[in-house]
Amino acid sequence: MGVFAQTLAVFRKDVLLEWRGRSRVSAVVFFSTMTLLLFSFAVGPGREVLSRHAAGYLWLALLLSSVLSLGESFRVETEDEALEGMRLLPVDPRALFFGKASSNFLLLLGLALLLVPGCLVLYSAEIRGSAGLLVASLALGTGGLAAPGTLYAAMTARARGRDVLLPLLLFPLVVPVLLASVKATSLAMTGDPMNQGPSWLGVLVCFDVVYWSLPAILFGRVIED
Amino acid sequence: MSTSPPAVAASALGRAYRDRWALADVYIELAPGRSLLLAGPNGAGKTTLLRLLATAIRPTTGTLSIHGLDARKDPVEARRRLALLSHRGHLYSELSALQNLSTAAAISGREGDLLGLLDRVGLHARAHDAVRTLSAGMRKRLAFARLLLQEPDVVLLDEPYGQLDPAGFGLVDRLIGELQDEGRTLVLSTHLVERGAGILQSGMVLVDGRVTWVGPASGTPAAMAEIA
Repeated sequence: MGVFAQTLAVFRKDVLLEWRGRSRVSAVVFFSTMTLLLFSFAVGPGREVLSRHAAGYLWLALLLSSVLSLGESFRVETEDEALEGMRLLPVDPRALFFGKASSNFLLLLGLALLLVPGCLVLYSAEIRGSAGLLVASLALGTGGLAAPGTLYAAMTARARGRDVLLPLLLFPLVVPVLLASVKATSLAMTGDPMNQGPSWLGVLVCFDVVYWSLPAILFGRVIED
Repeated sequence: MSTSPPAVAASALGRAYRDRWALADVYIELAPGRSLLLAGPNGAGKTTLLRLLATAIRPTTGTLSIHGLDARKDPVEARRRLALLSHRGHLYSELSALQNLSTAAAISGREGDLLGLLDRVGLHARAHDAVRTLSAGMRKRLAFARLLLQEPDVVLLDEPYGQLDPAGFGLVDRLIGELQDEGRTLVLSTHLVERGAGILQSGMVLVDGRVTWVGPASGTPAAMAEIA
């Protein structure tokens, strides 16, 4: 059984799990929407400040929500030692990583696309730049969260205090991705007269290449006894 | 004349958790098609031994080979030859019984008649129900179906009668008989020692992580009675 076929099987299984446990997805969507709302309450009614920092609030909401969805994606694996069952089938660790990271990426990207309209309404923001730049920054940014997040979620899945450990490990690592994503998304929203967007997307591509290849190598060690 | 390697060969196998030895100095040599009954009180190390044989955990000491494959060096290849029925079902509770099987089938590359497999363990009528809605006994049956799907050469069964009703006991006896008829190697741990002794060939008693008795399966109940 090839790695690609196994990756597809793991991805399909994870998407099915998300679909059949829709209440969990709803909880993540609700949490992220609440976070956006809280930012607007905390900053106050100043439209200019809110719209200028809309990209930052969007990415912070995504980052905080990612901890919930990533942790949940491994809770179902440890619930009945399903992960051990997968290892013993045996599944290639790279397939397991790529399958789970892809499904986490899909969920985060879907969440990001859902939050953008909310962001525009709540913060009176607009898309003055390129919509393509916005979608690309969301896709590359969520990709940069999903891959290392999947590795760390696997590492902390059996640890005591995993809910605290996951953000402690993940947040410092994804700071560069967060900075580049906020910058690219902000340029898409406020306009990009100097055409800086592609450079930030280039930075995100570089981080994504590293973040999707290194964990694939390390994942076997993480999930084995 | 070529002789095939043992299906299971373990030498000085041991596993420690920090400074406590859960299992130590276990030697096993099982020819293909043979069966072994593991008996012992709670905490004797039966589950640890089965998990070591399944390569679910790494041994602290000793060597293990499955059909000649060094399970420490190449656990992935060894895993292709064996399957473990664990205390835990290795199931996804949100997925249906059929979806659990189809996921395992897609990953192991063993597509087959999955509904037929569910029929074999008496779960055909619940094929599309989420696993979380199944009783503990039904989950055990589903876990057995998952094991059968893998068509393993070496079958490792940890308390296969646990959580089952009398009809389930009969089903497990029948499936074990079929696996033996197919020439598969079996290692089974159970507290129902009399039952296991009636259907298996060799026996081993573990106490506090050490082997205290080895002999024919029929002698296991008497060996267990001595330590009681």
